[in-house]
Amino acid sequence: MMEKMIFGRFIPGDSLVHRMDPRAKILFVFLFIAIVFVANNAIGYAILLGFTLLVVFLSKIRLYFLINGLKPVFILLVFTFFLHLFFTREGDLLLSIWVIDIYEEGLRQGIFISTRFLVLVFITSILTLTTSPISITDGIEILLGPFKKIKLPVHELALMMSISLRFIPTLMDETGKILKAQMARGSDIGSGPMKERVKAVVPLLIPLFVSAFKRAEDLATAMEVRGYRGGEGRTRYRQLNWRIADTLSLVLLAGLTAILWYFRT
Amino acid sequence: MNSGILSFENVTFTYNAEDEKVRPAVANVSFSIQQGEWIALVGHNGSGKSTIAKLMNGLLFPGEGNVKVMGQAMTEETLWEIRSQMGMVFQNPDNQFVGATVQDDVAFALENNGVPHEIMVERVHEALSQVKMEDYKDHEPHHLSGGQKQRVAIAGALAMRPKLLILDEATSMLDPQGRTEVIETIRRLRESTGLTVISITHDLEEAALAERIIVMNQGRKHVEGSPTDVFKRGNELTEMGLDLPFAMRMTHLLQEAGVNLQEEHMTDDELVDELWKFYSKA
Ligand SMILES: Nc1ncnc2c1ncn2[C@@H]1O[C@H](COP(=O)(O)OP(=O)(O)OP(=O)(O)O)[C@@H](O)[C@H]1O
Ligand SMILES: [Mg+2]
Repeated sequence: MMEKMIFGRFIPGDSLVHRMDPRAKILFVFLFIAIVFVANNAIGYAILLGFTLLVVFLSKIRLYFLINGLKPVFILLVFTFFLHLFFTREGDLLLSIWVIDIYEEGLRQGIFISTRFLVLVFITSILTLTTSPISITDGIEILLGPFKKIKLPVHELALMMSISLRFIPTLMDETGKILKAQMARGSDIGSGPMKERVKAVVPLLIPLFVSAFKRAEDLATAMEVRGYRGGEGRTRYRQLNWRIADTLSLVLLAGLTAILWYFRT
Repeated sequence: MNSGILSFENVTFTYNAEDEKVRPAVANVSFSIQQGEWIALVGHNGSGKSTIAKLMNGLLFPGEGNVKVMGQAMTEETLWEIRSQMGMVFQNPDNQFVGATVQDDVAFALENNGVPHEIMVERVHEALSQVKMEDYKDHEPHHLSGGQKQRVAIAGALAMRPKLLILDEATSMLDPQGRTEVIETIRRLRESTGLTVISITHDLEEAALAERIIVMNQGRKHVEGSPTDVFKRGNELTEMGLDLPFAMRMTHLLQEAGVNLQEEHMTDDELVDELWKFYSKA
């Protein structure tokens, strides 16, 4: 189940979208989220859907893979659809079965809202699927750069993020080891009533915490020895380069806004 | 006296200086290290080796005495300058890997010291080729073996082109292969660059490779000398909780069993050679 989940995962590749500057992609997603709300009729939503599919196509991520990986999200989507379908009571009555009345406006709202939801999920997934977490971190650090003026610790936040990302696999391994060690001592996490299982997690978490603190201490020493003293006067090894394609992607988004605005009723 | 690249003069350090009952972790230690030497610092657990390493690069400051690096006294002002000239590698390969990939990690010290991007790229490449890890530059740490991670850590320490490399039990968590890889790397580095190396270790076989050994016992410097001189003290070292190299233990056991061996042997090869001679004479 977890293997299939693609939410927040990165799939390396070499598409146009993969090669984009992470800053451009992050800006793109944020602007897109705002632009989605311009659409308010069938044509508008159809254009949005078409545009999203175009982006998916450009990212060379298979639609089937995307849909399959987002299954849990679709449950939510279907739920939203029916919520609107059953509970909006405007417009003409289309259908009446037993206690359920379906109105025209309900159907419209249901379709619109779930389309909106769908395009948002697709576009944000494309961002995380095509951009490595470390590039996203770099992008965020540079985009938030101006906020350093108001004393927002941008560099520190970005470093925290990248170190956390770096330690996820290490801590996962460690959890596995501790789990096996506790199992060898007769602890049983996989079965029994809920209360027992929660209790069995405690002896797993405590050693994990202790070792995480030890690691943090070692890491801090290693960083200090290598001359780390905050963001001041630091240079960057990873360089981002903004290319024409990145500017064009934002121009494309402006075009989309104009079209949506034109068809808006 | 020539104070060399690094010197300790009557250095004493206590972790909880207020508490009278605590004995100093390092007591009245003096030594000096010359440019290009390979020094091994050995001693039992808790004998103060890591504390000495921390005093060397200003993670700790001595309570009494002086630490001098490249003629400069270690102070708050000279600290960062000195650190940039000194690489340090620690025991746990996982806990010193800062970057997301090998090359990012190697670049970390360069970034901290504000080195311009073009020079950084060169230096990262140079450091990685010195430890033979160029092919792994885009790898993430969890896809590397312990020995490879330690070699990356060495590259990270070398990126600033330091004069001095300190290894605090850098091989103790590795398997035999990883250990050989790391030791080979250091040996090669010394040949090609004449780097000064201080290796802190439990392992006397590793210490036997150094030019000079400093033995620590309960926070004090016990003896200092060439491996041959130090190992002559045999039982004295064993009583302090150190393991003699295998070849030496073997020699002693053979001598006790009445085999008339002539010399002390530090490496397996030397012992095997004499055994051959012995065998052909008999
Ligand atoms: N952070 C600390 N706070 C208080 N006491 C400490 C601290 N670190 C070390 N000590 C004490 O100082 C003494 C020397 O420790 P040190 O870590 O230098 O020994 P070591 O020779 O490196 O040992 P090992 O071989 O176990 O690494 C020990 O008695 C230890 O308990
Ligand atoms: Mg130690």
